Amino acid sequence: MSSSGTSSFSSFKNIEFILGSLLTGGICLLTLLSYFLVPDGGEAIDLLHRLSRPFTDPAHPFGTDPLGRDVLARLIVGGRISLIVGALSVAGAVVIGVVMGLISGYYRGFWDMVVMRFADVQLALPFILMAITFIAIIGGGLANTIILLVISQWVQYARLVRGSVLALREREFILSARAIGVKDRSILFRHLLPNLLGPVVVLMTLNVANNILLESSLTFLGLGVDPMIPSWGGMLADGRTYLQNAWWISVFPGLALLLTVLGLNLLGDWLRDKLDPTGKTTQ
Amino acid sequence: MAEFLFKRLLQAIFVVLAVTLIVAFAVRLTGDPALMLAQGAGSVTEDDLVRIRAALGLNEPFLVQYFNFIKGMVTFNFGRSFMGGTPVATLIAKALPATLSLALASLAVSVTISIPLGIAAAVSRGKWLDQLIRILSLVGLSFPNFWLAIMLVLFFSIFLGWLPPSGMTDFSSFIMPATTMGIILTATNVRLVRTTMLEILQAQYVMVARSKGVSEWVVLYKHALRNCAIPLVTYFGLQFGGLLGGIVVVERVFNWPGMGTLAFDAVASRDYPVLQAVICILSFLIVFVNLLVDTAYGFIDPRIRRE
Repeated sequence: MSSSGTSSFSSFKNIEFILGSLLTGGICLLTLLSYFLVPDGGEAIDLLHRLSRPFTDPAHPFGTDPLGRDVLARLIVGGRISLIVGALSVAGAVVIGVVMGLISGYYRGFWDMVVMRFADVQLALPFILMAITFIAIIGGGLANTIILLVISQWVQYARLVRGSVLALREREFILSARAIGVKDRSILFRHLLPNLLGPVVVLMTLNVANNILLESSLTFLGLGVDPMIPSWGGMLADGRTYLQNAWWISVFPGLALLLTVLGLNLLGDWLRDKLDPTGKTTQ
Repeated sequence: MAEFLFKRLLQAIFVVLAVTLIVAFAVRLTGDPALMLAQGAGSVTEDDLVRIRAALGLNEPFLVQYFNFIKGMVTFNFGRSFMGGTPVATLIAKALPATLSLALASLAVSVTISIPLGIAAAVSRGKWLDQLIRILSLVGLSFPNFWLAIMLVLFFSIFLGWLPPSGMTDFSSFIMPATTMGIILTATNVRLVRTTMLEILQAQYVMVARSKGVSEWVVLYKHALRNCAIPLVTYFGLQFGGLLGGIVVVERVFNWPGMGTLAFDAVASRDYPVLQAVICILSFLIVFVNLLVDTAYGFIDPRIRRE
């Protein structure tokens, strides 16, 4: 099934899977538990302990920020934004992208041309610059950040699915389904879709990771999620001003991002060997 | 080949036109520059705003403004900035070289790291070194670029005091921004070098060279690497769009006087001529580099031309 040649390679793949699921699972679990672990949502202000250093005060293991808010508590709460944005933006992009890809690959012709030219234009526009324009028009915030990511990412799924459909539509099982009069919709969603899910799932995993990074860059630049809500990108933006005397505000949120994205990338890499051995999703 | 070139060129022209239309339209939805200019001017009446808009040419219908913008693009006359009246061409002439030199420096860093690492991984395929490099490349792929930039500033500027934390001055100011982007590019490039190398090392001329007793170093870095060059150059070309996107963010951290910084300032003051010129020029560059890569590839590999 997988391309494991040597035993050392397959044991490496196991390490990849174990590490990836531990990181991803652990961070998801912490974020879910944040409602119990941090009942105040990381907003509690302790003015007597402003900018306290990490690993000195057991009450604030990762230190506090300039308002005396606990960095660890805000880190745990901040995971919510990353995971919500990652999950919802990918869900939206997959639905639009897969439907567009199926239609343009199966029917070809006019729609195919429209979708593909649209994709060309989108790929030629630098994401962050379009994002700042878009956000100047409709404003920032959680919902708009997700919409922006959906708009910019569905193209990848459309291209991937279209490519697979072009190859599959000439195969015998599709030709015979058409010959016995199976409806188009049924061919698209019951016969074609299950056969191209593998690469789509791989792309989704890597895409969640990438969208978490994009959201944090936008929020860091002051364009994404509301700066009042604890998020990793927002914490990093706050921390920049205090880089000289309070390194911990800038170090920990970045580490949290790195570990989350690494976990997803490890899982995606492991999944690629399982579900997409021909490497359609290779970047 | 002529037909392939023609089709590809037509497609590029379509993309360029669509980009200008979308950008010119979107930019004009961001808000009223007259309000921005009138800010801090005390009491401003509606009449004043109308007069400012007329002076900026914003009372014309959209299509007229768009046509003027296209006409300006063709003649390299992008109009004047709404803020201060500097010709946009002058601003771009300063910012574009700053961004492009940073892009080249990042590519140079990435090539220098990823070729030896990719070759080492290919040679030790399946062994621990290969796996270590694979893990490292996944870690590199997971770095938020702006955070990596902040960490470099923290270590090399604040802690050690070796490098300037921001601005573009001499060679030393390039080190941190180029390393940031270089590391992130390297993450994908290492894997590409490894895959390409693995294919080439199977080739007969490599076997012949080895059996003649050519030293392994010469086999790898002279015979094999030279044949890796074409796929690698192509891939580096295709990365160009992503590279520019990343640089825009990194520019903000290092206060780099490039296209990203220009765009951020322009959007804040609703400076339409600057914003539309910056986005369109970067898009044209991406389209142009992709066209170049496709054409070059079409010449080398005839199979590409058919689809």
